[in-house]
Amino acid sequence: MLRINNLVKSFDGERRRRRNSPSAPQEARVFAVNDVSFNVENGQLFTLLGPSGCGKTTTLRSIAGLERPDSGTIEVGGRVLFSTKEGKKPLNVPANERGLGMVFQSYAIWPHMSVFDNVAFPLQVKKRGDRLGRKEISERVMRVLETMELANLADRQATKLSGGQQQRLALARALVIEPPLLLLDEPLSNLDAKLRESLRYELKRVQRELGITSVYVTHDQVEALALSNSIAVMRNGNVVQLGRPREIYENPNCRFVAEFIGTSNFLSGNVVSKDGDRYTVNTVDGQIVLDSAANLPMGTDVIVSVRPEAVEVSTTSRQGEVPNEWKGTVLTRAYLGDSLDHVVGVGKHELRTRGNPTTSIEPGTEVYLRMDPAKLVLVPVD
Amino acid sequence: MTTASPAVPARKGATLGWLRRLGTPKLIIIVVVAGVIGYLALVPLYYLIWGTFFDANGFTLGGFARAYGDPRVGGMIGNSLWFAVGAAVLSLVVGTALAYLNVRTDVPFKGLFFAASIIPLIIPGILYTIAWIFLASPDIGLLNKLIEPVFGPGFFDVFTVWGMVWVEGLHLSPIVFLLMVAAFRSMDPSLEESALMSGASRWQVFRRVTVPLTRPAIVAAVLVMVVRSLESFEVPALLGLQNGIYVFTSRIYFVLRTYPPDLAAAGALAVGLLVFAVIGVAISNLVGRSGKTYQTVTGKGFRPRPMELGKWRPVMGGVIVLYFFLTVVGPLLVLLYTSLLKFYQAPSTEAFASMSLDNYRQLFDISDAMTALKNSLALGLGSATLVMVLMAVGAWIVVRSRIPGRQLVDHLSFVPLVIPGLVLGLALSFVYLRSPIPIYGTIFILLIAYCTRYMPYGMRYAVTSMHQISAELEESAQVSGASWWQTFRRVLLPLLSPGLLAGWIYILVVSFRELSSSILLYSPGNEVLSILIFEQYENGQFTVLAALGVVMVLTLAVLVIIAYKLGAKVGLRQD
Repeated sequence: MLRINNLVKSFDGERRRRRNSPSAPQEARVFAVNDVSFNVENGQLFTLLGPSGCGKTTTLRSIAGLERPDSGTIEVGGRVLFSTKEGKKPLNVPANERGLGMVFQSYAIWPHMSVFDNVAFPLQVKKRGDRLGRKEISERVMRVLETMELANLADRQATKLSGGQQQRLALARALVIEPPLLLLDEPLSNLDAKLRESLRYELKRVQRELGITSVYVTHDQVEALALSNSIAVMRNGNVVQLGRPREIYENPNCRFVAEFIGTSNFLSGNVVSKDGDRYTVNTVDGQIVLDSAANLPMGTDVIVSVRPEAVEVSTTSRQGEVPNEWKGTVLTRAYLGDSLDHVVGVGKHELRTRGNPTTSIEPGTEVYLRMDPAKLVLVPVD
Repeated sequence: MTTASPAVPARKGATLGWLRRLGTPKLIIIVVVAGVIGYLALVPLYYLIWGTFFDANGFTLGGFARAYGDPRVGGMIGNSLWFAVGAAVLSLVVGTALAYLNVRTDVPFKGLFFAASIIPLIIPGILYTIAWIFLASPDIGLLNKLIEPVFGPGFFDVFTVWGMVWVEGLHLSPIVFLLMVAAFRSMDPSLEESALMSGASRWQVFRRVTVPLTRPAIVAAVLVMVVRSLESFEVPALLGLQNGIYVFTSRIYFVLRTYPPDLAAAGALAVGLLVFAVIGVAISNLVGRSGKTYQTVTGKGFRPRPMELGKWRPVMGGVIVLYFFLTVVGPLLVLLYTSLLKFYQAPSTEAFASMSLDNYRQLFDISDAMTALKNSLALGLGSATLVMVLMAVGAWIVVRSRIPGRQLVDHLSFVPLVIPGLVLGLALSFVYLRSPIPIYGTIFILLIAYCTRYMPYGMRYAVTSMHQISAELEESAQVSGASWWQTFRRVLLPLLSPGLLAGWIYILVVSFRELSSSILLYSPGNEVLSILIFEQYENGQFTVLAALGVVMVLTLAVLVIIAYKLGAKVGLRQD
């Protein structure tokens, strides 16, 4: 559906465009997007996830036609929107001829128009030949408004809507032309936590029901995990890992991804033995055994990523019965409502654990930490 | 669905495509607007320099020699600076104090502030000056008559440099007030509150926190006021010439009125004035830029707790009423009073008994008066509309487009800000005296002058409101499939309209009072109201003039009210 190949966009303003042209020396260029490629299948919700400045928004805006990439190709449903193939004339379809739908971070709802007019606008500005009649426009707008449960607010001034209604309006406007691809630029980031959660599910429902292919940009990993069919984690203009949400969370391929997605404890060490998938890793504070499909030779430096919820805290020892039991002292604890965190000092390490709030242990108490080998992740050193 | 450009192999196809791309309405509009801005800004300056330094025999400094060889020139420059700095300081002290009182204290009569800051805007400088002549002239001044029993005759003398400073300073003070109100409002009160919490007294807070934080605004205001006073023509012409006190502007006018007019010498004086103005504006820009390093504006809508004045509250209330009387009530009343008399005289029972509307009736008989009113209206509406339309596109070029050299459009549109009105008038007469197109001597030369003079203000209004519109609103229209023109017309223009309308009103009002460019460019039959008033003053027809002045102020007031009412209907009511 959407195919992006070798997208490159360097920044520093238009002035330096010449210096930033593909023929310029590489070290002179500052990249916002550096050789990004990915495909999105029909009906999927694809998320670009990363910290600010990682190039996710630039990538999205390049798809929309609001930024002009330096090189690469962008194809939607077989139609080439942007291309700088060697030896061919560069092609860049202007944003207003791409026919895509987009929801902006601020929703960009035109305050001088009513709800109806906002949604009707994309149909009204179509080229004369393709433009629908007044009646058809009205029917189509009302149909979309009904889907979004806004039909009863059609005549209302667009500024007099609640946050949730504004989001649905922005979606309605993006969807009214029935675009092949929907682009969403951090559409939940301006809302408070509670509303954000309910709208997240709303968004997911609409997307899955209509089956519309979507590209979603966010810096919020929870949002990405909850919504996406697949995620591309970006950093410094590159895609560092691409996969389904579960893969990304459970098998981060580098420390950056493990750190960015959720919280993690990192224990560095090196591989001392390998038996099938079972590795034994030596760290300064003791040995850890874990399962990994990776194929690493003995002696490789590695990092073991330990999710807080993979650590069990207990005041009694089960030494010998289970692997990976470490002894430590509780340093602090934090009650988070639905869970309870302990920070436990083990030798030189401090490990964060997360568990059921019924287990609450006084700081200073000696405890035993047990880590399930199946839940530990071996991350190669960057 | 559009695809890649049609595969026409011949060269012809490429040329056609190129032409089609060049011929888009977007490009045509942008090029035309940028061209007009450049033309208005640069051509008069070019001709001014050319007319000053070149005569029939080539390059010459004769104009400079004649203009600056005069022994009185030192006195003139001294007077100019004394007048300009004096008026600026007076307006600054008055305006800043009032702004602080209004924003940060519980001073009474806050309603008067609004009136005192808006009404002087619709009293043209020439009327204001004449009103003060009626009030404080040593021979006929009402105030002098009032205090004569105590202080003897002619205690106040408005025909001195101090008199000029007083009138100009008071007339400028509302502008300082508005600038400083904005500065005080935008300052985060928690900065002051934290100083209070640290144990500083109110006065220490004011001196050590408030003033340093608003210093950029203060310096900018004082420089703007110096430049404006340097350029002021009405006050020096009406007050100074009486006793032979010359400043740059009145000297230029004098040189041009002697026969035969020495254009090169006037040009040389104009260039000198221009240099002073440019220096002032340059410094204020420099200060303004360094001021940005400690921006104190936060986005939060806060309402600072007003400081309690306590026992000083009634005193300050008195000061406010006095100020309101001096700037608004006094001048307007004296005009109204004079307009009802047969000849100018101090108030007495006979004077009141002789009052009639004869002067107003007479206005209908003077054919010039009706023509002038019509001309002023046409010029005001015309220049306000033209400027705002041009600047809406200009602001888009500057703020939104990525066209290389867009900043040049911005800079060009601000050039006229440093050209004093009289200098612009002189420069334009240089241009169109030589132009083969018959514009000189028609009303169109005034239209060009007004558009040039008020282009910077229009640009500022348009750019400010353009900045307030999130780029996403425009981009979402683009993504929805709207072309540039559709986006501009259906999204940007409606959203800009409140700002554009505010600019339109401002230009309408200030073009109504324009005198200093018009006085060098008008020709008989093309008078505007301010010119007519100036002529009648010179002919000593005070009473008719006062009636004309009252009509002028009322016309402006009605126009402004209609415009605001329309604005409330058309524009957005955002809360």
